Amino acid sequence: MSKIKPSKGAPYARILGVGGYRPTRIVPNEVILETIDSSDEWIRSRSGIETRHWASDEETVAAMSVEASGKAIADAGISAEQIGAVVVSTVSHFKQTPAVATEIAHKLGTAKAAAFDISAGCAGFGYGLTLAKGMIVEGSAEYVLVIGVERLSDLTDLEDRATAFLFGDGAGAVVVGPSQEPAIGPTVWGSEGDKSETIKQTVPWTDYRTGEVEKFPAITQEGQAVFRWAVFEMAKVAQQALEAAGITSDELDVFIPHQANERIIDSMVKTLKLPETVTVARDVRTTGNTSAASIPLAMERLLATGEAKSGDTALVIGFGAGLVYAATVVTLP
Amino acid sequence: MAATQEEIVAGLAEIVNEIAGIPVEDVQLDKSFTDDLDVDSLSMVEVVVAAEERFDVKIPDEDVKNLKTVGDATEYILKHQA
Ligand SMILES: CC(C)(COP(=O)(O)OP(=O)(O)OC[C@H]1O[C@@H](n2cnc3c(N)ncnc32)[C@H](O)[C@@H]1OP(=O)(O)O)[C@@H](O)C(=O)NCCC(=O)NCCS
Repeated sequence: MSKIKPSKGAPYARILGVGGYRPTRIVPNEVILETIDSSDEWIRSRSGIETRHWASDEETVAAMSVEASGKAIADAGISAEQIGAVVVSTVSHFKQTPAVATEIAHKLGTAKAAAFDISAGCAGFGYGLTLAKGMIVEGSAEYVLVIGVERLSDLTDLEDRATAFLFGDGAGAVVVGPSQEPAIGPTVWGSEGDKSETIKQTVPWTDYRTGEVEKFPAITQEGQAVFRWAVFEMAKVAQQALEAAGITSDELDVFIPHQANERIIDSMVKTLKLPETVTVARDVRTTGNTSAASIPLAMERLLATGEAKSGDTALVIGFGAGLVYAATVVTLP
Repeated sequence: MAATQEEIVAGLAEIVNEIAGIPVEDVQLDKSFTDDLDVDSLSMVEVVVAAEERFDVKIPDEDVKNLKTVGDATEYILKHQA
């Protein structure tokens, strides 16, 4: 048997830069009320959402990703040619072939970086981050760009009272690269396919094509079942991620949960008994739920406003359709 | 040991106090969670999960909507506790 030379990676990985893109159109709750019987007060009290951004025709999945990535690359202080892989998490890019990651890698000016899309719903960012860390430590890429991007407005049934107000569009990106110190903890992740019905696309695209259904597919959910799972099961996962990283809640600076609904965030904070010194991301208020994009968007905003700072220890947790989840502790870029 | 009706009401009162900030003495059998106690449908999920832990019962989502009053919840727990 011939001996194969092993690849050589970095000792550890860390997030080096973050960037976000929010579409220019800001949509207040009043617009949502044109199609559902509800009220601004109800939407705010049940979800915390005041406004969300909806993308225009020009603000495509690729265009938003390129904007967010450009900022993340600049923030990391590297050049696009140094990126070895581009991982894009999205559920709302409607042209599946080729992967949108290849177009993004090309437009950014990478040097033929490996590029592919993943589908892990609202846990997509954590899944991408975990892949990136593995690639860097294993040695198949020195720098990896992880993008979470959604145009959920395209998958929203504006007549559905349970979801019309919830979703927004945007892109968030991070550059992950080599580190001499551990700066991304162990990922606690998993899937619960027995609960696949709780958040899902209404029908497959093929049913729409054949005319079996008239309504364009959209995302639906069993709100209370999702709420119960998110608040109580995901608090356990978040706790496990802290333990796996050897971090106590007193040592934590920032909590960036998936921005699904502010009520979920409030309940998680309570269940986790996070001390008041922990900064909690509440980007959902003005961004809505942007699925895979929500964590990097919230991270970018906390750093931009000064609520969090570089070097802070942050717990990130994504959870959503699958059901799937991923939680890890990271050092902020 | 199974909880008595009195213990359940007292326990629910503590839970509702914790979640919605309502004084424990206001939590009476005839009180409606949403109309009288400021517990909306999402807080109700929190109340239910807290009650599940405290009284060792399972309250599935489809049963939650039938628990309109403190009395409904008390009766449910009395009947289903392990
Ligand atoms: C969507 C969500 C806010 C709905 O809240 P809910 O409490 O479950 O709502 P319900 O459907 O049980 O309805 C409760 C009451 O509000 C009313 N209601 C429902 N939708 C409404 C709306 N959009 N506007 C006004 N009232 C509404 C219902 O009619 C019902 O009233 P009733 O009690 O008088 O009959 C909530 O379930 C949620 O956010 N879940 C988590 C979803 C999530 O984050 N998903 C993404 C995870 S990745």
